[in-house]
Amino acid sequence: MRYLIPLILFGVLVAFLAIGLGRDPHEVPSPLINKAAPSFKLAQLKDPSKSFTAEEMRGRVWLLNVWASWCISCRDEHPLLIEYARTGAVPIYGLNYKDRPEDALGWLQELGDPYVLSVSDLDGRVGIDYGVYGAPETYLIDQQGVIRFKQIGAVTPDVWTKNILPLVQELNRQGTAK
Amino acid sequence: MKLLSRILLSLVLLTFIPAFAVAQLRRPTSNNPPDPAVEERLTKLSRELRCLVCQNETLADSRADLAEDLRDEIRDQIRAGKSDQEIVAFLTQRYGDFILYRPPVRPKTYLLWFGPFILLLTGLAILFRYVKRRRDLIEEEPLSVADHRRAEELLRASSRKETA
Repeated sequence: MRYLIPLILFGVLVAFLAIGLGRDPHEVPSPLINKAAPSFKLAQLKDPSKSFTAEEMRGRVWLLNVWASWCISCRDEHPLLIEYARTGAVPIYGLNYKDRPEDALGWLQELGDPYVLSVSDLDGRVGIDYGVYGAPETYLIDQQGVIRFKQIGAVTPDVWTKNILPLVQELNRQGTAK
Repeated sequence: MKLLSRILLSLVLLTFIPAFAVAQLRRPTSNNPPDPAVEERLTKLSRELRCLVCQNETLADSRADLAEDLRDEIRDQIRAGKSDQEIVAFLTQRYGDFILYRPPVRPKTYLLWFGPFILLLTGLAILFRYVKRRRDLIEEEPLSVADHRRAEELLRASSRKETA
């Protein structure tokens, strides 16, 4: 009985520490979830004379994937994105973040291009608006232009099947029901 | 002697290191000439902000690319006449409260802010109760005549030793 209270306290402490261990401190919850995706107007990577705005995607569910040729995890993620783009489940648009366009184009040529199109965020200003702090990052944006999900770091098969795909299907169902 | 002067010289040089560090921090990245007032506000503000790439560094100390971009952004906003609160609001809207080294006091952070004081008070209460209980256990026992005599003898013996 004498040792019961310290034992309980110790148990509580261990439980807190165990939860803490399981968390990734690099995953900072984004305050942009369920907020309107910041608008931008940027030149397209493949044809800088054309621009692209986030508003053009109103009425559609889409993914915005932040990538760069200097980003190592993006290279890991890339084959998966190509595979997922091929399924046609959801259109993937690229935000080429703080990259040299010639490097970015070479990268797409070498590894393939999963994107409907990519835009060049040369100085990273749009990245700041989206709270990007570690590429790759992926945003799922709904028909109303609201960010519904954010993946920090590479998209994994687990994240794709458990988070992104079910949400895309649900949003599309809601969209057609209206 | 030679060794001593060498040690002295290195000590003098060591004292300059912080000066260089500050000089590096204040080097403006844009082409505009640095404005000391703007740079001072930038330094003060960025010491309160966390770099999201290397999370245990402030925005002022970090050399990560993103930290540099954010410092440029803050510098631009200071030049545009924004207040510190507006700039902090701009950053928390994008990166969340995590960017603040001093998290705001709100129900979600009550435990963080007041938890240590609650623990301190609980500890004091336990200590107080423990000491009080121990004190209550002590029973006053008056000295018996024999004890009294023995104590006097001891005292006399020790005082004799001191004078000797």
